[in-house]
Amino acid sequence: MPKRVMDKDKKLTVKEASICLDNRGELLKSLLGQFFTDLVAQIGASIDEVTLTVKPEKLLQTCKILKEDPTFSFNYLRCLSIVDYISRMEIVYHIYSMENLHKMVIKTSVTEDSPKVPSVTSIWPASNWFEREGHDLFGVQFIGHPDLSPLLLYEGFEGYPGRKSYPFHDYDEW
Amino acid sequence: MFTDQNLDSVDMMVNMGPQHPSTHGVFRMILWVDGERIIKVEPHIGYLHRGSEKLCEAELYPQIVSLFDRMDYLSNFNNELVYCMAVEKLMELQIPERAEYIRIIMCELNRITSHLMFYGAYGLDAGAITPVLYAFKERERIQSLFEAVSGARMMHNYINIGGVREDLPEDFAKRLDNELDQVKKGIDECDQLLSKSELFLARTKGVGQISGADALDLGMSGPNLRASGILDDIRVTEPYSLYQQFSFGIPVGSEGDCWDRYYVRIAEMRESIKIIEQAIKIIERGPVKTDSTKFLIRPPKGEVYVRAENPRGDFGVYLISDGSTKPYRVKVRAPSFSTLQALPHLLINSYLADSVVILGSIDIVLGEVDR
Repeated sequence: MPKRVMDKDKKLTVKEASICLDNRGELLKSLLGQFFTDLVAQIGASIDEVTLTVKPEKLLQTCKILKEDPTFSFNYLRCLSIVDYISRMEIVYHIYSMENLHKMVIKTSVTEDSPKVPSVTSIWPASNWFEREGHDLFGVQFIGHPDLSPLLLYEGFEGYPGRKSYPFHDYDEW
Repeated sequence: MFTDQNLDSVDMMVNMGPQHPSTHGVFRMILWVDGERIIKVEPHIGYLHRGSEKLCEAELYPQIVSLFDRMDYLSNFNNELVYCMAVEKLMELQIPERAEYIRIIMCELNRITSHLMFYGAYGLDAGAITPVLYAFKERERIQSLFEAVSGARMMHNYINIGGVREDLPEDFAKRLDNELDQVKKGIDECDQLLSKSELFLARTKGVGQISGADALDLGMSGPNLRASGILDDIRVTEPYSLYQQFSFGIPVGSEGDCWDRYYVRIAEMRESIKIIEQAIKIIERGPVKTDSTKFLIRPPKGEVYVRAENPRGDFGVYLISDGSTKPYRVKVRAPSFSTLQALPHLLINSYLADSVVILGSIDIVLGEVDR
């Protein structure tokens, strides 16, 4: 009988998703390039969105420029997500400009031991609950947030269930 | 002798929920009132937190569709669509045209059922019992269509990665035509029944106002944002699927009060019908899913953020793939979650009796707030 090829035995090549920015994305990328020459910021892209990677210390300064400068005027925070890459945590801001119809992503990384990042509630009040959720599930400290009490979990819950290190209970045999 | 000093009022705390019929699920808020005025609001969520995002990391890509059904349980098709679009964008998968049209028809029908549900429940919130009966009569017509197409009334699992699960039934176009005529009449009937009722106007006009700038700042989206006078509809500003082929209007309010938020939804149902009527005319026979879709999907390494206009607003999925059969991280941006943040802003300085009407007007679904 032929041996069944298991999924894990197969040799796999992992492909990378290709980047294809549209015209508006290219325009935004060049605008960002002119603006953020002095800041420690990397401009990149993921599929169809321009990404800007900044250090946590420069985050507030960058966000302020992006919201208040009329070239960008990113006035709408769509999503704030936290991704656990085991050695580091990445905080991802998806922002959108209603006037210029631009969309972009800001990313900043912190270590898992001391995940401290400035809160952007003073710039985008919509980030309030997203940050509370991030504090709840990932234990990220948002410095300057008005109230970081538990949002989704109950008072006294131990551990950070969003992290990769949190045990994921697999199905047990009954 | 009474003086101003000994007539001071004492702030009172009123608890509402989590088991309360007007909170639309398990939502709890604590209100501090000074007489009849609300002075402080503390919303509590999380009673329905199931950890869906974490659960997604343990399931195969096609299995996750059924988890998305359970997020916003009043607009299942729309949720499925966003997730499937995210995976397809990552895989650069082109799906057949017929499948795209079926998806649009289903999503727009779902928008109507969702708004009808809002209409009925909002009538109840404002103290009118009759509207819910009319709304459910019309909703049932569309629900029966859903049942014929997907086999389920709520958790459809119909839109799959690479297309839709099955083709439409043979007599679908005829049935849809029939039912849509009825629904159109039904919506007009509902509109006449409640929208211009003097009692309803007194309860909703000028209540819970929010300006466009504040609504944007607090992260409101969809009909709630448009009621405040901001024209933003992802179907138009960033067209996805085949939405650029259709002509339809976007109803926009001006005051940003409860009545505007209510009426924007009534007007939106009529626009949805226009889209469905156009779609059913141009849909052609053909395959409904790509041949290449297999159960073990390995999207390339990368990340994607896809957004779409759900009945409740801007629904986004942030999907990160590490090249394996399971996603590395799925983050859901639920419109109700962001909208609910604005609740304290809407409630403060309004009357306690209006709190139910204001909460009802933003149309939340706790399934997607807590995820």
